[in-house]
Amino acid sequence: MLGRLSFSALPLDVPIVVGTFIGVCIIGIAVLGLITYYGKWGYLWKEWFTSVDHKRLAVMYIVLALVALARGFADAIMMRTQLALAYAGNPGYLPPHHYDQIFSAHGTIMIFFLAMAFMTGLFNFIVPLQIGARDVAFPFLNNLSFWMTAAAFILVNVSLFIGEFSQCGWLAYPPLSETQFSPGVGVDYYIWAIQISGVGTLLTGVNFFVTIVKMRAPGMSWMKMPVFTWTAFCSSILIMVSFPVLTVAVALLGLDRYFGMHFFTNDGGGNQMMYLNLIWAWGHPEVYILVIPAFGVFSEVVPAFSGKPLFGYNTMVYATCSIMVLSFLVWAHHFFTMGAGPDVNAFFGIATMIISIPTGVKLFNWLFTMYKGRIRFHACMYWAVGFMVTFTIGGMTGVMMAIPGSDFVLHNSLFLIAHFHNVIIGGVYFGYICGMNFWAPKVLGFKLNEAWSKRAFWLWLVGFYFAFMPLYVLGFEGMTRRMNHYDNPAWYPWMLVAEVGAVLILLGIACQLIQLYVSIRDCNLPENRDVSGDPWNGRTLEWSTSSPPPVYNFAIVPHVHSIDAFMHDKENGIDTRQAGAQYQAIHMPKNTVAGVAAGLFALIFGFAAVWYIWWLAVVGLVGVIATVIARSANKDVDFYIPAEEVARIENEHTRKLMAQAAE
Amino acid sequence: MSTQTNSSGESHGSVSSYLIGFVLAVVLTVLSFLVVSTHSLSPTGTLAALSMLALVQVLVHLHYFLHMGGSSEQRWNNICFVFTVAFVTILIVGTVFIMTNTTMHMMSR
Repeated sequence: MLGRLSFSALPLDVPIVVGTFIGVCIIGIAVLGLITYYGKWGYLWKEWFTSVDHKRLAVMYIVLALVALARGFADAIMMRTQLALAYAGNPGYLPPHHYDQIFSAHGTIMIFFLAMAFMTGLFNFIVPLQIGARDVAFPFLNNLSFWMTAAAFILVNVSLFIGEFSQCGWLAYPPLSETQFSPGVGVDYYIWAIQISGVGTLLTGVNFFVTIVKMRAPGMSWMKMPVFTWTAFCSSILIMVSFPVLTVAVALLGLDRYFGMHFFTNDGGGNQMMYLNLIWAWGHPEVYILVIPAFGVFSEVVPAFSGKPLFGYNTMVYATCSIMVLSFLVWAHHFFTMGAGPDVNAFFGIATMIISIPTGVKLFNWLFTMYKGRIRFHACMYWAVGFMVTFTIGGMTGVMMAIPGSDFVLHNSLFLIAHFHNVIIGGVYFGYICGMNFWAPKVLGFKLNEAWSKRAFWLWLVGFYFAFMPLYVLGFEGMTRRMNHYDNPAWYPWMLVAEVGAVLILLGIACQLIQLYVSIRDCNLPENRDVSGDPWNGRTLEWSTSSPPPVYNFAIVPHVHSIDAFMHDKENGIDTRQAGAQYQAIHMPKNTVAGVAAGLFALIFGFAAVWYIWWLAVVGLVGVIATVIARSANKDVDFYIPAEEVARIENEHTRKLMAQAAE
Repeated sequence: MSTQTNSSGESHGSVSSYLIGFVLAVVLTVLSFLVVSTHSLSPTGTLAALSMLALVQVLVHLHYFLHMGGSSEQRWNNICFVFTVAFVTILIVGTVFIMTNTTMHMMSR
């Protein structure tokens, strides 16, 4: 009836987990209680959970990403603390079984649920507004994608309290992840979380690809598209070509585990090297899926705060596209040491080094954009300049490891760990936080507090160098990754420095939370309110709407005349909004419960499959399919916003703009 | 909105186009069987003929069943197809390249 599930699955013997569980319960009950006390359930359900509005979904994605950041960072600082203690006979406070789950969960959560969710949140908010569309191409799929991602994230967190998580690292290499060596439920949690969130991500990729191809405002030809939209486009293509490979690789691993097959086992004709090949054929494009949109953010932020158009728009587009193609040609550099000969390693090593050329082009474009510009050192520029310095260092260590000979020394050492945190924190994370500060006024209608953002930036930047530069040294000194304890006295001081860095980053995250609190507290102060909808003298179409934009985004779909459409209109005295024109009724999609229901069924399916509760797994799977079919058969999915209502909203905004201009 | 989302503009074929495609596919399949069963060509010739027939078969399927063609509405279909083929080729050729080389050096078979 309950498969493998029994009371012994609860990790009651691990005090850290029990304590965390109690803490999560208290916070959870407090949050639920507050929502009930203020009577906000109906509001949340109607306005958020069932919403197909891309702006609402964007906010939900980013909230999910911030929760994932909290979980992922808690894992990170626990690992650093363990390694600052577990030296010379001291076992530390995390036994290997627990420690292995922590580093596996850290990687899985940071990539799939912090970075991917944050990226999708930015896509959702900005892309339709930048191209002058009223929503994405498939609003329901957008909602479904979000709930699939959320269900997968819940599944990962359930593993903390019921059973265990994978102990095989964030990519679950066989044969360690096969039943023979990992008989528990950990890898099964990993498999189903990846598969469920993979559905959400793939649908997101399709959705944004179609949106960008089909729904650009009239006049916006390809080479007039904003650079962030270009990067979202390239990222969506990479999602569509690479995520199926991940799905297949993990599905084959699942077949090995569930049906005793032999794709990657040691016996029965399996070949675990094929898993590495497949998982990295997805894994390398994946890191470019994440970082290309961060490049897009900087390409919007740097011109806005330099008061100049982007330097070399065309080269920026070509560089983005060539990175997209090249990123699919380099995957073997993740396993140079697996045993391939010089032909293979030389090809993939050189292909890897070539990627640094278009990336360098981008970097010089940002620098030349700043050159002789009227730079305003807003907090966003801090994150952008911090990125340029940090990412360059990370890129250069990447080129070092692209040389197969040196990779044989550095493979799986802490040098590698330092390298990819260097590019992911310095590139992806700085980029997304920069984007959050930049677009927050558009999302929320008020600016985020700048002073706290700068404090967070300095703590993050300095903390990053303290936490990861020692890891480069440790890599050269031969310390491998995923080590639980050690007795080399030369390593110990560096681990202490890294611990200091982790604490500084913790303070940086605290500053970001304070920033959110202070910003919301002061949101009604006149200097924080964004009445004009254009707080930074922006260049692209999203700044032509009110902040936050009306549900339909654009009452009159704008006409695009050049790159930086909104700046062109401002300079030529054209009213992009065409205020006072003859408004027409606007056709909009209706909210739907299907996304929430499908996500819930997917969660039930995932949990049941992990624990071998087959009847429940059938219920979950049938539930997902039936929900989607029922939704497809439903004809009552749209409505019209009457012209009078559109006119009322638009005139209200015009009145505010005129009142502000009169002041 | 409705005009934006619903006007996909791409044709999904007619009964006659499906019939033409079906007949062509059947003819090509039968020809392939005939080439083999009649032994009328040398082994190399048989292989060449089969490859040619298979290629034509693929094109027939793409044109009549997946509605790809030279018309402007089909441009996106064509571009997507070329891209997909390119990426799948990279993946397969790359995998074969890596795995045969690794297998040889590691003597795992």
